[in-house]
Amino acid sequence: MTLMKRISLIFRAKADKALDRAEDPRETLDYSYKRQLELLTKVRRGVADVATSRKRVELQAAQLQQQSDKLTDQAQKALSMGREDLAREALTRKSGLTGQLSDLKAQQAQLQGEEEKLTLASQRLQAKVESFRTQKETIKAQYTAAEAQTRINEAFSGISEEMGDVGMAVQRAEDKTAQMQARAGAIDELIASGALDDASSLNRGDDISRELEAMSSHSDVEAELAALKAGTTGEATAPQALEQADSTPPAQVEAAEETRQEGGSA
Amino acid sequence: MIVRILAEGQWDVPDDQLPALNELDSAVEKAVEQGDRETFSQSLDALLNAVRTAGTRLPDESLEDSDLILPPADATLEEVRELLSDEGLIPG
Repeated sequence: MTLMKRISLIFRAKADKALDRAEDPRETLDYSYKRQLELLTKVRRGVADVATSRKRVELQAAQLQQQSDKLTDQAQKALSMGREDLAREALTRKSGLTGQLSDLKAQQAQLQGEEEKLTLASQRLQAKVESFRTQKETIKAQYTAAEAQTRINEAFSGISEEMGDVGMAVQRAEDKTAQMQARAGAIDELIASGALDDASSLNRGDDISRELEAMSSHSDVEAELAALKAGTTGEATAPQALEQADSTPPAQVEAAEETRQEGGSA
Repeated sequence: MIVRILAEGQWDVPDDQLPALNELDSAVEKAVEQGDRETFSQSLDALLNAVRTAGTRLPDESLEDSDLILPPADATLEEVRELLSDEGLIPG
């Protein structure tokens, strides 16, 4: 049997099983309609929940972006003052933020996608529930219990399939959102604790990944440092002191760097 | 023939498209069996796109039953396996 057929059969069997049938089929209509309205409420709540999570992630991303911009700014100032050690420190901290930031942006996009999907699902379900209600009233008004049976089966199979589909969509969105909320909680704590000012606390994970991260962040830092240098060379004006003025000329800083200088004691 | 793409909607696909869909479907099936993620997402994309292109979308208020049901576009290989796992529900 093909994949499509197998999925169809299993899905329909599940949807059918979820349908409680009353003795009088006309009662089943009312009962099912009630369940449809409940599901509709649940989907709408799902849309609101996902939107809340998305906004939270957006806020976090904005905070991290601000912090990252501030560090770039500091690195630039430090370099223009000839304090390569400070610039390096700022860029190292920034490099720790970059991974978090791109992770948050990916989450934001994913949540946005879930939100749109659920919104469409709730619109589709609403249209179908409305159409079911019309049919339900017609059937109840025009048919006896015995006659109603076949008409009811037709209306039911379509709506129960939709309910199964929407139920699954809500479940998937909830699962995804729950995962992201756990991560968002961790970042909230990180922001609240002020740990983002401390580059070392950003390196989580096992020893190897920490080492790998350190390696990649090292080369990122070197590359950006080189870019900044290229940009600042020839700039005659030195903006006002960031921390303490250091009058070491750039050439000397480079020489000192080669002999692995100590961190600035600012 | 009515085809539902889960989490997306229903399409009315001309019956003469069935052989083409079956071919795309067996590619997905094979990828699921072999646990080949990359081929799986490519072939699922191809299958769903074929339905969307060849079919006419049913209006939202339609209460028609589907002849075929397909996984959501963002389904993972594991999720499709899960969709297939409850075979005990089918009598026979």
